[in-house]
Amino acid sequence: MGARLEIPKTYKLYVGGKFPRSESGRTYEVTTPKGGFLANAALASRKDARDAVVAARAAVSGWAGATAYNRGQVLYRVAELLEGRREQFVAEIRAAEGASEAKAAAQVDAAIDTWVWYAGWCDKFSQVVGAGNPVAGPYFNLSVPEPTGVVAAIAPQGVAGGSLLGLSRVVAPILVSGNTVVVVPDETRPLSAITLAEVLATSDVPGGVVNVLTGSPAELAPWLAGHADVNALDLTGAGDLEWVDLVIDGAETLKRVRDPEPGVPDLSLERITTVTETKTVWHTKSLI
Amino acid sequence: MTPTSSAPGDRAAVEAALAPAERAVRLLGGDLTERALRRHLEGLAGVDAVGLEQRAAGLATRSIKTTSKAWALDTIIRLIDLTTLEGADTPGKVRSLVAKALQPDPAAAATDASVPPRVAAVCVYGDMVPHAVEALGAAHGDPDDGLVSVAAVATAFPSGRASRRVKLADTQDAVAAGADEIDMVIDRGAFLAGDYGRVFEEIVAVKEACRRPDGSFASLKVILETGELTTYDNVKRASWLAILAGGDFIKTSTGKVSPAATLPVTLLMLEVVRDWYRLTGERVGVKPAGGIRQSKDAVRYLVTVAETAGEEWLQPHLFRFGASSLLNDVLLQRQKLATGRYSGPDYVTVD
Repeated sequence: MGARLEIPKTYKLYVGGKFPRSESGRTYEVTTPKGGFLANAALASRKDARDAVVAARAAVSGWAGATAYNRGQVLYRVAELLEGRREQFVAEIRAAEGASEAKAAAQVDAAIDTWVWYAGWCDKFSQVVGAGNPVAGPYFNLSVPEPTGVVAAIAPQGVAGGSLLGLSRVVAPILVSGNTVVVVPDETRPLSAITLAEVLATSDVPGGVVNVLTGSPAELAPWLAGHADVNALDLTGAGDLEWVDLVIDGAETLKRVRDPEPGVPDLSLERITTVTETKTVWHTKSLI
Repeated sequence: MTPTSSAPGDRAAVEAALAPAERAVRLLGGDLTERALRRHLEGLAGVDAVGLEQRAAGLATRSIKTTSKAWALDTIIRLIDLTTLEGADTPGKVRSLVAKALQPDPAAAATDASVPPRVAAVCVYGDMVPHAVEALGAAHGDPDDGLVSVAAVATAFPSGRASRRVKLADTQDAVAAGADEIDMVIDRGAFLAGDYGRVFEEIVAVKEACRRPDGSFASLKVILETGELTTYDNVKRASWLAILAGGDFIKTSTGKVSPAATLPVTLLMLEVVRDWYRLTGERVGVKPAGGIRQSKDAVRYLVTVAETAGEEWLQPHLFRFGASSLLNDVLLQRQKLATGRYSGPDYVTVD
């Protein structure tokens, strides 16, 4: 046998459960920290963002309508499949971040644990943040958290040890309550994000629940922030952008907004509840 | 054969003068036999299916942006027959449809944004016509004057499987109740069995049933249900047949059969209409219906109309969209043009 032909991978977007190229046809070069060529990634346009929001909106009823137990199982399944492809993730993170094998492996482990941690919360968080409210009358008064709908998110950008972990820490809590998400991953190190999308596509997460737009947050964020059919804006990785303008745009269409945060976000229940709405119902006690 | 005058002002006069079947008599001669009709229809040149689809695909690639797009969106709204044809239709549903027809975008009206035009007509089942007429009130009238007319489907819509007597009664009831336009279905079974004469007679009879006591006619749209005609050649024959029998519009589909309106089929029907205009100087309308849900698709139809029949066809008495959800998508696009941001379904009314 002679030398094999090299088969480089085409990194595309992940929208509505499919892997399209950008409608604009644009791509950009992804390099190692030292400037070596790694791959061409799709450079998403505002129209890709528009299509992603349409896909995310269509997926809300199915994902929010699934039982909490079922959502937990699906998110746990993501962790299982990540585990099965850990070698690939370690290799991609080493190439993209220039990290040592040990550090890359630690990041993948932490990402897997993130999905397990949030999977567990799916059928538990509403017990913690919901309430049976005391009222002065013959009624049950119950407050329960419900998903807000479509969330647009900017994953941490350029954080050391964060290309996969930062993305997982942003996306997983959004999914817990039944939201769908359009996420812009790390602009300069997007390869593990697309590989994560391949994991999601094969792990019972319905198409459209997670949509990954590789490209420039500076270009995409204003369109997502102003989009009237997006319910919440997670600006975790938008610290280097003109994010106050994004917050103002979000406010004009009554979005929930989460401000930027440096580094890799911690595991937190509060990330789940940021993108929920509290529904309070009164119910007569007449049958007691 | 003498070309009839067709300036918009003369339209009513021409309609009144045109008794049913007169067109066929003029074209095929006084001795109007089934044989003459068959010889004419089967003698039509066959349709080049590949060429037709390529032409339609080519027309669909035109890029319409900024001010042209704004014009196109408002034109689409002016050409919509806002439709509800469900078994579950209620008088309340028809009233809300009429409210939407008169004021498609209440949010724009409440702010200083530009207000969209009214749609051309509301399209309902015959028994809902009185409710539509009542809800329209003073706004009921000719869409060319900025008013909204009432279209009713008739003749045992959508299948057309009923006796001639029932179909004619259906039509007369709708006209008597105040319908300005009748959307009839042809007998596809008879057409596919080669019984052109039967189809022809039926259209002529329905046209006659569209006559009002004052001698004027309700406008007749003939639904070919192209999805059931299977070939482009059949669509072409049915289009000619409908025009010869006195149809004021030829309409693609009921919306109850898939495929409904497609761009190649509409292009073909526009070509027939154009040929008829060249032959007689008389303009016949075209109405694609069913399956047109996005503004982008609708803009492609506008391009096809302008390039095939001509821009003068882009007015309510010569071209219509039969649609329900299309209107909301057009409104979202209008809002996007006005604000520079993508809009969402929370910002338009639920049908």
